[in-house]
Amino acid sequence: MTVAITPDLIQQHQLTPAEYAKIVEILGREPSYTELGIFSVMWSEHCSYKSSRRYLKKLPTTGDRVVQGPGENAGIVDIGSGYVICFKIESHNHPSFIEPFQGAATGVGGILRDIFTMGARPIAVLDSLRFGRLDDPETGERNRRILSGVVSGIAHYGNCFGVPTIGGETLFEPCYDGNPLVNVFALGVCRKEDIFYAKAAGVGNPVIYVGARTGRDGIHGASMASAEFTEESKQKRPNVQVGDPFMEKLLLEACLEAMRTGAIVGIQDMGAAGLTCSTCEMGSRGEVGIEIELDRVPQRASGMTPYEIMLSESQERMLLVADKGRQDEVFAVFRKWGLEAAEIGTVTDDGKLRVRHHGEIVAEIPNRELADEAPLYDRPVAPLPPVPRHATSWPHTADPQNDLLRLLSAPDICSKRSLWQQYDYQVRTNTIAGPERADAAIVRIKETGSSIAISLDGNGRYSRLDPFDGAMLAVAEACRNLSVVGATPIAATNCLNFGNPERPEIMAQLVEAIHGISDGCLLFNTPITGGNVSLYNETLGEAIYPTPVLGIVGLLPTRGPMTIPFKRPGSAVILLGGIRSCDEAQFGATQYAKEILRELWGVPPTLDFAYESSVQMAIRTIVSENYAESAHDLSDGGLAVALAECCFGPNEIGAQVDLPSSLRPEILLFHEAPSRILISTGNPEDVARIAKTFEVEALVIGVTMEKGLEIRQRSVTLGSWDIATLKSAYDQQLT
Amino acid sequence: MKFGVIVFPGSNCDHDAFYAVSRNLAQPAEFIWHDSTSLGHVDAVILPGGFAYGDYLRCGAIAKFSPVMKAVRSFAAEGGPVLGICNGFQILVEAGLLPGALIRNRGLKFVCRDVHLRAATHDSIYTSAIPPGQILRVPIAHGEGCYYADERTLDRLEAEDRVLFRYLDNPNGSLRDIAGVLNRERNVMGMMPHPERASDPLMGSDDGLAIFRSVLQARPVSA
Repeated sequence: MTVAITPDLIQQHQLTPAEYAKIVEILGREPSYTELGIFSVMWSEHCSYKSSRRYLKKLPTTGDRVVQGPGENAGIVDIGSGYVICFKIESHNHPSFIEPFQGAATGVGGILRDIFTMGARPIAVLDSLRFGRLDDPETGERNRRILSGVVSGIAHYGNCFGVPTIGGETLFEPCYDGNPLVNVFALGVCRKEDIFYAKAAGVGNPVIYVGARTGRDGIHGASMASAEFTEESKQKRPNVQVGDPFMEKLLLEACLEAMRTGAIVGIQDMGAAGLTCSTCEMGSRGEVGIEIELDRVPQRASGMTPYEIMLSESQERMLLVADKGRQDEVFAVFRKWGLEAAEIGTVTDDGKLRVRHHGEIVAEIPNRELADEAPLYDRPVAPLPPVPRHATSWPHTADPQNDLLRLLSAPDICSKRSLWQQYDYQVRTNTIAGPERADAAIVRIKETGSSIAISLDGNGRYSRLDPFDGAMLAVAEACRNLSVVGATPIAATNCLNFGNPERPEIMAQLVEAIHGISDGCLLFNTPITGGNVSLYNETLGEAIYPTPVLGIVGLLPTRGPMTIPFKRPGSAVILLGGIRSCDEAQFGATQYAKEILRELWGVPPTLDFAYESSVQMAIRTIVSENYAESAHDLSDGGLAVALAECCFGPNEIGAQVDLPSSLRPEILLFHEAPSRILISTGNPEDVARIAKTFEVEALVIGVTMEKGLEIRQRSVTLGSWDIATLKSAYDQQLT
Repeated sequence: MKFGVIVFPGSNCDHDAFYAVSRNLAQPAEFIWHDSTSLGHVDAVILPGGFAYGDYLRCGAIAKFSPVMKAVRSFAAEGGPVLGICNGFQILVEAGLLPGALIRNRGLKFVCRDVHLRAATHDSIYTSAIPPGQILRVPIAHGEGCYYADERTLDRLEAEDRVLFRYLDNPNGSLRDIAGVLNRERNVMGMMPHPERASDPLMGSDDGLAIFRSVLQARPVSA
């Protein structure tokens, strides 16, 4: 069967005439239909990062602990004692809108494979989720359906696979109505000498396929993720794959066991762009060629064409290169686990990806050009989209008594228990702090006596107003969360969710955000070791807020966690970092502006990096020297919300505080200036001494007490609540 | 006392059970692959939690056909202690070694959280070391943990003092708040909560360790 390559066909493959010309130049001839398909997925935005790559190069990616930076399946960081952690965050936004359950489930599956491909056993998953508003009269019902589908998809996959889902964030904004964000972070651990790379080597070595059979599912998934949603996108449901977490669990155990035989040279999972991507990338990294015979690829459907086999994104498949003559050892392990494996080809010395079908060559492409020489775009960058400078309706009277309850029940702030209780957050018995217990999630590493703290953070509202500041604030907040539990931030991964990069103002947001991450990660000494870019997050011409999400990991000795709630009555309540300032413009991105005023204006809160850094050093010292009974940073909803959240412990200890400030009450209570941490302590003098060392304000604002929360401003009561009232506002059923 | 931890394809609490008995309880332990026809020289057997064979069919419905189950059956027949935790409980029920069934949670969703348990009998090798009246805080993590049996079976279980644990805060709709049961000979037990996850204070509770300690103290005759 020969298919004529027409301009229409080229366009359907989302290749520009210039890109097509480059293909012809590389091949020295017209491509076959199969080759056209192969180029189109490898050169899609999703696989090639063609719009973002020139900016991503500016991210700091090196450091003393970094063993592997961007370019592999996941980043690797040394944690000492001979062990490394391996982690990355990835998006599965488009599939999760089309089919929420399977879209999210396969998102988890994909990132888990990235981790164990490198020889690391996954020990933690976190997710960063964004949806349209649940209470919207028009879209609310659909948004609820997407939310509940996504959450049960993540639960289905992670729970069965046996990895704990230990934290994350869930936020709601109208801009995510037709374009939810599902970003999944996974982290694994292994001994340093057991790391595996996705590199083919050794001419004549066998290329082995293992796992699920190849079907017609997911063809062109990578291209779908590289285009905006239109009405026709709904027809693309068959492009979303179906996940099989049990198969993945078998693959995990079998791959780790097969790696221990010493007979595996290199290994890569088949994710986006399936067999195409795994073959040409492994060949390119190893500077070798790979030849495969498609007849030997295990297939689920009969009569599949080479095009379909090469582009299928069927899940739970791996490709590996074994030492010639030792493949039987590898096959024996796969047999033990009941997995189908087949030798489908060999490593060659000509640097080409050669694909045969019934013996005939159907594609022959140089690996390096295919994998690494995708066109690089310098897309036009225009000024950022305009933002309102002022609030249009801000009444002069505030009602703190009710406003706090409204904020606590707001979907961004309220307890997400109804979601995370569906996740097994404890399996593998390493979870020292699971969801909502502490500012960061914590897992112990049994083998080393150390623990890893993880925080995912992003703020679309801040980034909408200023993508540079928004991104940098996300870095600062993630690092602060780690510091609050006593962990030192060591490395980061990022997921960049943006609209259509062909629009210059969107490109401007992307560029600014990358700069913000870059500066932030440099300052906080958390190199980026990998990540993911998700563009074209638009539906019918409406872009999402620019949403960079940071996943930052920290290291701490294994010990009981520093948790959020007040522990006992009579302790001093200290606002480390102080009240800080906030003007009208800096108030426009707060949760108060969102929930009470229903507006977004001005600029994000101002970050003073030097001060932030001192506050973080101070809290790490306070926590590691055991002077804090509880610690919680101020973020969404500001001081009042943080105070309320500290009251939700098992003993329901409250507090009475008096704030020496002349700010307007609603600004005082709800502004979101960074660099602030609320602690309770029986040792206020020691806390003051440490704060002084770091030149940080440690303002004693009150004392914990048996019942209720009372907040005063210069002796005038702004609000007084019993804990049951606060808690009933906070405990919302989201699905 | 040597514990054997059975590994079915899809078991995922096998490492946790192994860690609890070998590190927290400081006893020898070994994994037993599901296609073994013999248990070797172990003094107690644990069927751990997870999703054996993916649990795409009824939970435990395929695992009961694993070759190792024949060995588990004879081990049980000889009076050896057999502990089924979560998916292990579901498998023992499917295998007919314990009565009743575990069906979808009343709330229809997977639930992971701490629950409070009371030992409903102290006349067992699994609860003898638990002080009477003590409430145990142990986590659950399951989608199909609602214990179900017909009225006659439930009456009989109670009459024969074979209800091992009851929930104080029933999380899944289990009939008569049953969280764990015993076989008639009292050497095979199944429970939905995970004592191996509550065997280390760092995990928030070590109340579950009392169950393993009971088995240890009972010191059944070694094979």
